[in-house]
Amino acid sequence: MTSGCRVEICPGGPALVRGADEVVDSAGAVHATTRPVVAVCLCGRSQRAPWCDGTHKVVTADAPAPSVAAARDV
Amino acid sequence: MRLPRPRGPFSERVFAELTRPDPRPVPYDVPSADVVSDEDTQVALWALYELAHRGFDGVDPDHEWSPALLTTRAEVEAVLDEAIAGLTTPAVDRVAGDPAHVAAQLLALIDDADDPGLARYLQREATDEQYREFLVHRSVYHLKESDPHAWAVPRIDGAAKVALAELLYDEFGAGRPDRLHSTLFARALEGAGLDPAYGAYVDVVPAPTLAVSNAMSRFGLHRARRGAILGHLAAFEATSSLPCRRYSAGAGRLGFDARVTDYFDEHVEADAVHEQLAIRSICQRLVEQDPTLHRDVLVGAATCLQLDALAGRQMLDAWEQGLSSLLDEPQQEVA
Repeated sequence: MTSGCRVEICPGGPALVRGADEVVDSAGAVHATTRPVVAVCLCGRSQRAPWCDGTHKVVTADAPAPSVAAARDV
Repeated sequence: MRLPRPRGPFSERVFAELTRPDPRPVPYDVPSADVVSDEDTQVALWALYELAHRGFDGVDPDHEWSPALLTTRAEVEAVLDEAIAGLTTPAVDRVAGDPAHVAAQLLALIDDADDPGLARYLQREATDEQYREFLVHRSVYHLKESDPHAWAVPRIDGAAKVALAELLYDEFGAGRPDRLHSTLFARALEGAGLDPAYGAYVDVVPAPTLAVSNAMSRFGLHRARRGAILGHLAAFEATSSLPCRRYSAGAGRLGFDARVTDYFDEHVEADAVHEQLAIRSICQRLVEQDPTLHRDVLVGAATCLQLDALAGRQMLDAWEQGLSSLLDEPQQEVA
């Protein structure tokens, strides 16, 4: 049975997450979603983590490996 | 909303016709100067387009479809289109290739765009008076945020339509009236001690700022330009998150009310989502469905980038000379 939650990876950008109520960041903190689609940071450099703030566009190609947050459907 | 002040003979005649029960066409003489910076043209065109947005007190709402006024508008649009082509053709030619790669081409166009440095200036250097001026310029569009892009909804289909509806739902508050983005901006204006009323500052914003709004109406109101309005949306959203972070930091530095920073903070996150939707899910899918729209998508994006840069440069140039970037306040009318 599907929960209706869907994650779409944007090449070179964030993950678009639809239908999730909460996103758990790499430190284990739980962030409630406040919009129907959220962009979750995959470059690890966002200043508004776990949400994407566009910083990936100014991150150099040799940036450290991304820390991927987990989407949780409740 | 009241009609703005005319700024020359053409806008004077257009506004006179607007208040008549049976308007007549107004011949348009192409200005010798650049049409984007021509005050008389831009204020007249703005008023003609507002008939399709919120209208004016004392102007018959049916004039939106007056053949005479539409004829007048079309004459100006032809000149505006020529100016837009002049501004965008080199950039579009540089990136245009296989329509299958329109998303990458949009990103290249955005990467190549000339950034006059408005966001950096507002973050680090602007005075609070200059920051308020910036909000005044932005009020022309942000109080009708996303309205011109919404005209594309009934003109497209399939995956692109679904993605556009998803983006607009968020712009229009995601089911919560207090989160309607134009309402958030009205609250930001109030937070900065400014008038939040729609159109309150049209009389003081110069032509390049009106041109930003007019280009959106030009594309949004014509089905033939549905590619351009959606390309415009993509460029607008993709150049929003990072500047909004700077605008928010600037408002914080100057000690503005939280309503100002809230507006820009909301747009850091929202537009990071919208950028992906607009480029990948709307424009890419639209062009896959109809490759004939490819070039117009790029033209719309380049128009957004060029006109935003011109409007930003006008502000920075004025401030650099120690001047206001706004026009003089209208004379007080005698009651």
